[in-house]
Amino acid sequence: MAEALQQLILDTLDAHSTISDTRSLVIPGQSEPATSQDAQIAILGALNSLLSRDMVKFETHEIVSHVLTPEGSQIAVEGSHEARVWSALPAKGQGAPVTPAQLMKQVGDETAKVGQGRAFKNKWIGKEGDGLVKLAPTIKDSTQIDLLEIQSSGTLKSGEKDLADLRKRKLILQRKGQWFTVQKGTEFSTSTAKPETDLTVEMLTSGAWKTSTFKKYNFEAEGAPTEGGSLHQLLKVREEMRNIFLEMGFAEMPTASYIESGFWCFDALFVPQQHPARDLQDTFYISGKHSLSPYLIETHCENADPPHSLDPEPEYYKRVSTVHEHGGYGSTGYRAPWSHEETTKLLLRTHTTASSAHMLYKLAAKCRGEDVEDDRPAAGKEGGEKEKHDGFRPAKLFSIDRVFRNETMDATHLAEFHQVEGVVADRGLTLADLIGFMKVFFAKMGIKQVRFKPAYNPYTEPSLEIYAFHPILKKWVEMGNSGMFRPEMLEPMGFPKDVRVHGWGIGLERPTMIRYEITNIRTLVGHKTSIEGIENSPAPMF
Amino acid sequence: MPTVAVDKADLWERLGKEYTIEEFDHLCFEYGLELDEDTTPEVEEAIKNGLPAERPQLKIEVPANRYDLLCIEGISRALHVFLGKSKAPRYKIVMPAGGEAALLNVTCSPETKLIRPYFACAILRNVKFTPRSYASFIDLQDKLHQNICRRRQLVAIGTHDLDTVQGPFRYEARAPKDIKFAPLNKDKAYTAEELMTLYESDKHLSKFLPIVRDSPVYPIIYDAQDRVLSMPPIINSEHSKITLNTRNVFIDVTATDLTKLDIVVNMVATMFSEYCAEPFTIEPVKVISPDGQYRITPDVSGRHTTARASYVNSCTGLKLSAPEVSTLLNKMSLYTSVSPSNPDEILVEIPATRPDIFHECDIMEDAAIAYGFNNLPDAFPATSTVGQPSAIGQLSDVVRREWALAGWIEALPFTLCSHEENFEWLNHVDDGKTVVKIANPKTLEFQVVRTTLIPGLLKTIRENRSHALPIKIFETSDVVVKDLKRERQARNIRHAAAVWCNKTAGFEVVHGMLDRAMKMLDIPRISAQDRKARTGYYIKETSDPMFFPGRAANIYYRAPSEKQSTLAALKQEVESALHIEQDIHLGTLGILHPTVLEKFDIGYPCSSLEFTLEPFKKQMQKIWTNDE
Repeated sequence: MAEALQQLILDTLDAHSTISDTRSLVIPGQSEPATSQDAQIAILGALNSLLSRDMVKFETHEIVSHVLTPEGSQIAVEGSHEARVWSALPAKGQGAPVTPAQLMKQVGDETAKVGQGRAFKNKWIGKEGDGLVKLAPTIKDSTQIDLLEIQSSGTLKSGEKDLADLRKRKLILQRKGQWFTVQKGTEFSTSTAKPETDLTVEMLTSGAWKTSTFKKYNFEAEGAPTEGGSLHQLLKVREEMRNIFLEMGFAEMPTASYIESGFWCFDALFVPQQHPARDLQDTFYISGKHSLSPYLIETHCENADPPHSLDPEPEYYKRVSTVHEHGGYGSTGYRAPWSHEETTKLLLRTHTTASSAHMLYKLAAKCRGEDVEDDRPAAGKEGGEKEKHDGFRPAKLFSIDRVFRNETMDATHLAEFHQVEGVVADRGLTLADLIGFMKVFFAKMGIKQVRFKPAYNPYTEPSLEIYAFHPILKKWVEMGNSGMFRPEMLEPMGFPKDVRVHGWGIGLERPTMIRYEITNIRTLVGHKTSIEGIENSPAPMF
Repeated sequence: MPTVAVDKADLWERLGKEYTIEEFDHLCFEYGLELDEDTTPEVEEAIKNGLPAERPQLKIEVPANRYDLLCIEGISRALHVFLGKSKAPRYKIVMPAGGEAALLNVTCSPETKLIRPYFACAILRNVKFTPRSYASFIDLQDKLHQNICRRRQLVAIGTHDLDTVQGPFRYEARAPKDIKFAPLNKDKAYTAEELMTLYESDKHLSKFLPIVRDSPVYPIIYDAQDRVLSMPPIINSEHSKITLNTRNVFIDVTATDLTKLDIVVNMVATMFSEYCAEPFTIEPVKVISPDGQYRITPDVSGRHTTARASYVNSCTGLKLSAPEVSTLLNKMSLYTSVSPSNPDEILVEIPATRPDIFHECDIMEDAAIAYGFNNLPDAFPATSTVGQPSAIGQLSDVVRREWALAGWIEALPFTLCSHEENFEWLNHVDDGKTVVKIANPKTLEFQVVRTTLIPGLLKTIRENRSHALPIKIFETSDVVVKDLKRERQARNIRHAAAVWCNKTAGFEVVHGMLDRAMKMLDIPRISAQDRKARTGYYIKETSDPMFFPGRAANIYYRAPSEKQSTLAALKQEVESALHIEQDIHLGTLGILHPTVLEKFDIGYPCSSLEFTLEPFKKQMQKIWTNDE
């Protein structure tokens, strides 16, 4: 049908070179010209298809036309209510008059009601006794005639007055319509062979591609969406950071211990036992026997709950407790009472520095004179001019993993988040090295301007807060903390005095939020993340 | 970090300059303070609208170990010296006219050992308060109570009008029913027992009641006429309270820790001694212990130590001489002189206001701050090491990437969840032996550390119900289980998990994800009946109430034995003949039970897959021991 119509248009143009009014066309399969709006819509479809191939040009003309309402359509078929009333009645004197009740039964309530009035008015019917009879022997149902005319032409020759009357009677509706004048286009031909949309294997085989015409490609349209999965944007940033560390020669530390003891999370780092970070308000403790919260689940297997850590190596433990309580290594220490219980409390680590402390302790094993498996390639043992015979060797370590704080969640705080941590241990490292290193590290994340604010951190001295001038936010923002680990932390582990250890930590969430312009952290991490957001996050590419 | 609000105009006057906010912000940054807020715009707005307004304030965040910066007196003193406008003041102990014999005495009773054993005090003579310095004095005590005093638990401060009481004083500990006095802001006397009830509803004081409540004796300070000065750490008496007109101030400090006792008494005394007729003088008090020994408190003499220019240089990367370092340290309010015997050595006297200095490295930091962190030269550590990812990170990245390549989306739910999400909602029972429970969660969401990744994935699906089906998400992350053999009594296990949610449950879809991961890990699939295969994985039907009946399976893995000797092969054959299971249970997969879906409020069928990655961890090349 669609192709036949296109052919008709092309043939008509071929014959007359123009179609002045598409309403004059007789659509294939129809007997009457295409005056109805539906027919014109079908024509428009054909014209658009031809236009896309530049075979025709056309102009659109707006007209107002009318269509029948359902009631109007019924009248067009069955006659008007009054005509139906008239035909239901006997002629005067030729049978028993019909009572109104009978009439209702015959033609229906609505027709009887509306039809009687009009039939009386037209003097088609009259009363006889209690009933009704025909008065006029024949009638002309002009309503039906008018509606049939409208149905086929969309209008009435008699004009607007009658149309308005029919509209008022809700038998017809006004509708905007279109018709067209058509000219030949630049690519006019009478062949409707459809242009090809794509190059196919069949064309290659048959060679048809040489003669086929191809449809113009719509370069404005979007490409087809890809199949395939996505990695989470925070973990994509983690990967970037991880690569930065690996490029700079850092080894990734094992951090597979969310649960830490007070000893490794705080004491080994020379965090005083009375430090507010150790408060129940700030740190999640692991449930022992005592219920500390109304939300704690009562357990029936209390003995299976681990309330305390096992003790660390006793000699090291003693060195740590001594430096806290009484000082040593050139330090006065905190000179505050030491609680063993505090060191064995189990908690969710508040920083991955707990893991770093444990790795540094391992790094110093040889310095402590412990016999450890030497895993260096044989060549490394030779060129040890720099190496003194104290067992120390330099290390650069990093980790990116989860940490926990007992915080109430809001748009910028989560109870768990990711910490990026770097550690460099070598002889004679300086603060200038740390600052210079941080500048290179941040430059790799696309941040060129950094500055450092003196800060307090129990385990680093000096401690430097890192501020970066953020290229997206256009302001200075705090990015993290850095510093040189205190001698009170390093020397009890067994490190020689000239070994200095740089450490720094930055959050993973913050740079990610800035990168992806996320303002509510809960939409980045946790189950409220939008899957669509993950699917559509670009690569970080610092 | 504590925040201190200081009067802006007063601060400018003390610093001798009206700073612009940018200038002052910069000064703070260099010194290690943080200018949080300037209330000037607020105040101006209020004045414009004819509303009552306070004087403009600056809110300054100070480092948590710098108790000497918790008031405008301390901040302005430190910055004035830092700017080189003056030298650090010397705090002096001045004996009363009659000498040591005329010292005010405080006798401590033996019972105080039971509750708050340490006591110190100080007297400030001929003080003149203004309404603002008086407010600052009260505020400093409050700040100290909040910080070093750990909400009065470790240390508590009381201040009194010395002229309303008569020495000598007694520091005692008595049964609460035997203590009776009119506390601050009350005109009626109460017993200590009554006070405990009275203050229960007091928003401010109720916090401190638990510190002494259950003790048989409460600390109490009396004067010579048995008038109460204070009942530490709860309340002072109305009788001895200080006012704007007070001229002679008595400061009492009680503590559970001697070091903090001294720090606090020194802070209060040194900070406010500037208002004495002779500034920076403090009159001491003789504190007599139950054993008859006594201490003269406070001791505001400096602590003498040394610092080496060579050490400062080796830590900072600078090349400073000892006199240069010495000058830098003066800017940080340390008293210094270069050692006459050693040109590298600086003799340092650390004032009583700087108890944050423990070690030479703290002195080194002060030198670096005075030099300016941002003026330090750029260097780059020469440390040469080899980069190395961790084995577990490497392994889980393989699975993550392969699953994403297979068209799945990586989710990132929380590690902590509620107990019922981890157990009841999965139709599982807590045997008490695996899950680590949190003692002090603030909400129900954080009751346990998850032992399975499935609840987080199901919650993610629940929150993404508007996403087109199918939803296919995965996570590779850690779960935690108890492990009583380990120091930390628990260990993390790296899991991989995936959930498929669609109009049909799709067991075969998650099964395909398992097959794909195993193929990429180069683990062959073997039959569940195959007892001879050297290595491989297989699945075997199981019943687990988390899954739909008949649609659940366990995943097993047979690790290759080290060397396939004839003996080992023989052993394996015997074991398999005896049906001894050597294979590792990796995890499970199946169609989730409709009751599970209902709990997680998911209206579509789901299949899940979860297994541990630990057995596939490859030994990393030993470049450096970053393995566990």
